[in-house]
Amino acid sequence: MHELPITEGILKIVLKHAARNKANKVVLVRLRIGRLCDLEAEWIQNYFSYLSKGTVAEGAKIEIERVPAVVICRSCGQEYEMKNDGLISFLCPNCGSQEVEIVSGREYFVSEMEVY
Amino acid sequence: MGEVKLVEVREKILADNDEIASMLRLQLREKGTLMVNIMSSPGAGKTSLILRTASALGDELKIGVLEADIESTVDSEKIAAQGIPVVQIRTGGSCHLEASMVKCGLDAMHVSDLDVILVENVGNLVCPAEFDTGAHLKVMILSVPEGDDKPLKYPLMFSISDALVINKIDYLPMTDFDVESVKKRAQVLNPKINIFPVSCRTGEGIEDWIGWLMDKRRKFLAPSREERR
Repeated sequence: MHELPITEGILKIVLKHAARNKANKVVLVRLRIGRLCDLEAEWIQNYFSYLSKGTVAEGAKIEIERVPAVVICRSCGQEYEMKNDGLISFLCPNCGSQEVEIVSGREYFVSEMEVY
Repeated sequence: MGEVKLVEVREKILADNDEIASMLRLQLREKGTLMVNIMSSPGAGKTSLILRTASALGDELKIGVLEADIESTVDSEKIAAQGIPVVQIRTGGSCHLEASMVKCGLDAMHVSDLDVILVENVGNLVCPAEFDTGAHLKVMILSVPEGDDKPLKYPLMFSISDALVINKIDYLPMTDFDVESVKKRAQVLNPKINIFPVSCRTGEGIEDWIGWLMDKRRKFLAPSREERR
């Protein structure tokens, strides 16, 4: 449901960089989104297609790279990836410690775009 | 059609929201006003918890309330009826509060007079988890009739909250709700979460919740280095 304001944010960034680069058309927008972020790729594309009508970004394809959710255990130093099979766990699989720190997985970036 | 060129962007989405939120958090800290973001699904008891909290703290502290709703002023009327200063934010269809909306609400309040501001977010367990409002504490409510499987369905909300209030425990005898399994599921997602089973209707368990909030306020006013944020 929150995809709409997020997509508005994406479009704002895209149009800014399109203007800066004097682009006539934006063909592709690449996003880097962490696994822990709750986003539906299909909704982002639909909203983007709708919001970008009449701009240089109209018709651009959205490509999403999902960044794996990685945490590091402060107790034993083990780094591990949280797999999204059922419940995401913040317990260290090696020593069971609860003192873990998120290394990646909460990213929310427009990484690059293709323009002409 | 010209040659396709790759443009490096590397810009954070929601950076505007995060910036406003950080600014609000800092300004409130300077004034010594603790802001608490209260989130839950519709009907879990956000308004009831606010009323209980305000009446428990009312003698000692000055409490203000920011009410967010998609429509209507029903909740803020209930709060105003208790003599608590309240500002209603109508989100106009938006399913969550953003920092800019909170800023508008705070601008309409006498923030310097207040010790604690309780923010009632829009009833929703999904979107509010993604948007920083500028609050110092995030609190979520899960009510017994919703079921004990909610940490499995809305993991992000459980993983970002400082406290989980399990409300409507007076309903427990009528349901299969397993408090222990909710605790376990929530702690797997968020080992640091503080859990308070309460009934806003009967007042059971409210004392522990208030004790935690007061303790958090004390630390907020005299923070150690690690607790500053």
